[in-house]
Amino acid sequence: MTSQQLIISGVGGQGILFITRLLAETAIAKGLPVLTSETHGMAQRGGIVISHLKIGDFASPLIRPGQADGLIALSTSNVALHRSFLRTDGWIAANSAQPLCLAEPPQVITIDADQIARNMDNPQAVNLIVLGKALASSRLFCTVDEMMAVISRHLSGRPAQLAGALAAVTAA
Amino acid sequence: MSADEPVLMQGNEAMARGLVEHGCVVAASYPGTPASEILSAVDAWRKQEGVAMHVEWAVNEKVAFEIAYAASQTGLRAATAMKQVGLNVASDPLMSAAYLGTIGGFVIISADDPGPHSSQTEQDSRLMAMQAKLPILDPASPAEARELVGCAFALSEAFELPVMLRPTTRVCHACQDITPAPVNTLERKADFHKDPQRWAATPKFRYELHRALNHKLSQIAAYAPTAPRCLNPTTQSSRAVVASGVAAAHALELITTMGLQEEFVFYQVVQPYPLHSDFMAEIRSSYDDVLILEETAAVIEMQLCDYRTVRGRLSGDLPDAGELLPEIIERILYRFIGQPVPEPVGTTAAGGRRPTLCPGCPHRASFYAIKKAAPRGLYPSDIGCYTLGSNLGAVDTVLCMGAAIGQAAGFYQAYRVTGQQRDIVATIGDSTFFHAGIPPLIDAVVQGARFVLVILDNSTTAMTGNQPTPAHGTPDGTAVDIASIVTGCGVSFCKNGDPLELPAFTDLMREALAFSRDHGIAVVIAQSPCLVDKSVRHARRPQAQITPAACTGCRHCTTQFECPALVYDETSNKVTVDSMLCSGCGVCRTVCPVQAIGQKEQP
Repeated sequence: MTSQQLIISGVGGQGILFITRLLAETAIAKGLPVLTSETHGMAQRGGIVISHLKIGDFASPLIRPGQADGLIALSTSNVALHRSFLRTDGWIAANSAQPLCLAEPPQVITIDADQIARNMDNPQAVNLIVLGKALASSRLFCTVDEMMAVISRHLSGRPAQLAGALAAVTAA
Repeated sequence: MSADEPVLMQGNEAMARGLVEHGCVVAASYPGTPASEILSAVDAWRKQEGVAMHVEWAVNEKVAFEIAYAASQTGLRAATAMKQVGLNVASDPLMSAAYLGTIGGFVIISADDPGPHSSQTEQDSRLMAMQAKLPILDPASPAEARELVGCAFALSEAFELPVMLRPTTRVCHACQDITPAPVNTLERKADFHKDPQRWAATPKFRYELHRALNHKLSQIAAYAPTAPRCLNPTTQSSRAVVASGVAAAHALELITTMGLQEEFVFYQVVQPYPLHSDFMAEIRSSYDDVLILEETAAVIEMQLCDYRTVRGRLSGDLPDAGELLPEIIERILYRFIGQPVPEPVGTTAAGGRRPTLCPGCPHRASFYAIKKAAPRGLYPSDIGCYTLGSNLGAVDTVLCMGAAIGQAAGFYQAYRVTGQQRDIVATIGDSTFFHAGIPPLIDAVVQGARFVLVILDNSTTAMTGNQPTPAHGTPDGTAVDIASIVTGCGVSFCKNGDPLELPAFTDLMREALAFSRDHGIAVVIAQSPCLVDKSVRHARRPQAQITPAACTGCRHCTTQFECPALVYDETSNKVTVDSMLCSGCGVCRTVCPVQAIGQKEQP
């Protein structure tokens, strides 16, 4: 069975819960079992927010340090905070204006999502832009098309938001 | 939605689904992390399934408990949901309802927060169940939480007792693929049978009820559907691991990945109190080394009470505070089986941003005005987003819901009786004021206390996800006005102000302080809507703009006003505006001591 453990992190207000939910629903659409763990409450007020997402045959909602396959970081500072969750062969998809120089793990992809979101006049879209970059790297358990189908279902009836979301996911 | 297709459900949504599927008719709650989403999910499932229910956000947990309990006295199935410290507020009816019992199934969901992530304490609701002498179930996952809701209703009706369900943050705020089951509406009619000896029992009858409760508990300790589950029944070992709640889920996964299936017999306890008597006998007779994994108190360990063979929190084998994360359980398991504990692969780095009030939050302006008007004041505060006013130095105390007012009165009396007077400015949110602020305000008026009370009225219960307050009213009810309550409590100074109009609001604070020094309590209602409340339309306002030539880099705005949208740039030694964050509230324009902040032309 497909098995993937992902950490998605950023700061409160960036829409971490939303993309965690999209990924989890995409897993269900593909017939895969899923467990997530979310941050709610005070941390959502601009503090550090982290989601654990486990796809496959798992019982615990939490990922142990050293076990995550990938880290999706919506804010550059989260890379340093949460890279310890990664396996030695793990990958990082990060929102960053500059390329990140890390000794290990070797697989780092970055995207200046803040700038792209500003250009799109949609500052709320940073989460989907970084998610799109991770999807485009083909390291996720799902494809861009599978994700787009879930987004379309999620935002059906809200055409303006849907168009903005699809543009953000494919911006990379 | 097709009935046999899995959907993603948060633990709170899954418990709500369980309530609706099993014929719950009345559900009442007060929001509190991590339990807040339960009631809104009940309401969503109710609408989707088209079933008749009364679903309400009650004014506090005690009232929520009583609303739901009365429904169960009429024979209907009912539930109440709250966070663990909310159960403290509802503990009075809880203890008594255990003696009186129920007719219709009654489920009390009390969500614990080991860590704690978003709570004042790490208290264990299972201990509250022991104190009340009520059975409690401890789910390990969202799917199991939904299953145990059905179990709890059946148990409740089998023994005519309230049954508690204790999820933790990692169950409430975990999501899982769950296939909804059909809704079973029981088609019961409310039918209260008068029985004053039971429902209004005097102390003499309470003794009999206590004995009857003890008898029920001994029977529940043999109730098969909630008995501990052995998860590797073919294993032969003199060692056993007993786990409950999400610790059982962590342990189960670790046993599989570490290949420990043959090392010990593994039990999951779903009913930590009362612990099943046969299971206790088996643990004592069949094993000579037993490890208990449970959060956050030693409820199972205490009941097993054989400290020659049983280890856990009391023996020091588990940490005595904090969450049992899987990496901690991993090390405990290695130690238990006598294998070397591997080096940690790396710990999560400390640091990062601390939580702060949102950009444009009206509370920030209120706190700034309070500090300006009463720079040497005492600032008792309360539970809510505005606790983050501590970042601004405008929150000195946070105790529990409503305590800002009780403590303000207490500070006043302590200084007065020792011949001193201080400016005291208490802050409390609108929802918290309704919840627990009214009795202490009456007390303060009666006792002649003198202080300023600022009710931070953002017209919502913001911290927990923007639930309504009594000021909103309901379709069948009447909205309750905060100012009417304040004046009804006997306060003669009660004025409204908009904190985003900072200079005028600061003047209002000074006026209130002057009144409080000589006359008594002055109440200022700081009215401005929460910016993250999606039920309110927010106009797009022109963002702040710095005139670099005018900015002296004094950092007054970043340290004393602490808006996340204002960023000090170390290279230019000037402040810049983060256009991703600025909400255009405009307050910083009057905060800047050198008028270096203006606004953009276009919103």
